[in-house]
Amino acid sequence: MEVEVFRIQIIGIIGSIFLLFLVIELIRRGKLRIEFSLLWFFISVLFLFVSIFRSLLDKFSYLVGIGYPPSALFLILLLGLIMILIHFSTVISNLKEAKKILTQRVGLLEIEIERLKKEIEKCKG
Amino acid sequence: MKKLAIVPAYNEEKNIEGVIRGIQKEAPDHDILVINDGSKDRTSEIVRKFESVKIVDLPMNLGIGGAVQTGFIYCWEKGYDICIQVDGDGQHKPSEIKKIEEPIINGEADMVIGSRFLGSSTYKTTFFRRMGIKIFYLANRLFLREKIKDSTSGFRAYNRKAVEILRRYYPDDYPEPEAIFILKKKGLRIKEVGVEMEERKGGRSSITFFRAIYYMVKVSIGIAIHILRKEEFYGG
Repeated sequence: MEVEVFRIQIIGIIGSIFLLFLVIELIRRGKLRIEFSLLWFFISVLFLFVSIFRSLLDKFSYLVGIGYPPSALFLILLLGLIMILIHFSTVISNLKEAKKILTQRVGLLEIEIERLKKEIEKCKG
Repeated sequence: MKKLAIVPAYNEEKNIEGVIRGIQKEAPDHDILVINDGSKDRTSEIVRKFESVKIVDLPMNLGIGGAVQTGFIYCWEKGYDICIQVDGDGQHKPSEIKKIEEPIINGEADMVIGSRFLGSSTYKTTFFRRMGIKIFYLANRLFLREKIKDSTSGFRAYNRKAVEILRRYYPDDYPEPEAIFILKKKGLRIKEVGVEMEERKGGRSSITFFRAIYYMVKVSIGIAIHILRKEEFYGG
């Protein structure tokens, strides 16, 4: 029992360090914008923290009524992922709105261009 | 008084020519602006045959709301006093334009809805649409104290006051019932007048059997959010 808990702790630490480095590396290569990395940072640091200080996890588990403390790690991870997904939904919504405004403006600019072309032809003729 | 007819069209090659000719005949004092919402058929080609008709070819499909809003932006920026919305599928009879426009000209309303259910109209519609219309009618009565019989009708006339608001905020899909709430929140006057409508000839209604449920849920949430929002959200 004790050994198994220890093992998941090690996996937790390795996993969160890996996540942290992955996020940093993606930013370094310019593939991830810092504004979108903040939540990932927050989650990987939190995950690392509770993996190292297991007593925190025990207290948290007791507080919310989880019998097997390491499964609280999964709860934290899941909540983090939900937060990130909601964040993504808002980002997509913003992009959709921006796309709509740009599409409308492109369409309106095109008739303006057509009108100006006709006027230029009139002036020539 | 400068008047604009906004005609949103998505794959309407069968109907668009008739709609344009109808408006030219019945409401010759209106400039016509067709919003081609990324059609894949010959809609744009057909409209371009008309010398005096303006057309916006949206590079991608935005949905009816995004298309009509493009018309509102144009109407606002070009300084039109009145704009009317006539769908490109031929359901809205150009001969009825005068009826929906009259209350705007007389200054009795800021938006006028052409209703299938007022007056002598004998328009038949699907079960789901009737059900949706009933629910919106009750919502309107409850929250707005407004007896609007046909919230889903897109046959509408607007003055500049209404256009100024809707050019900034207009839902992407199924915008008609929500627009009523937006304008009422800003204190604008809405009037409904009875009109005759044509049964659909070509093309398919944007509301098919399976989308009816999405329609109801989406618009209901939309309306609930509009009720929760403060008036300032819509700016102006």
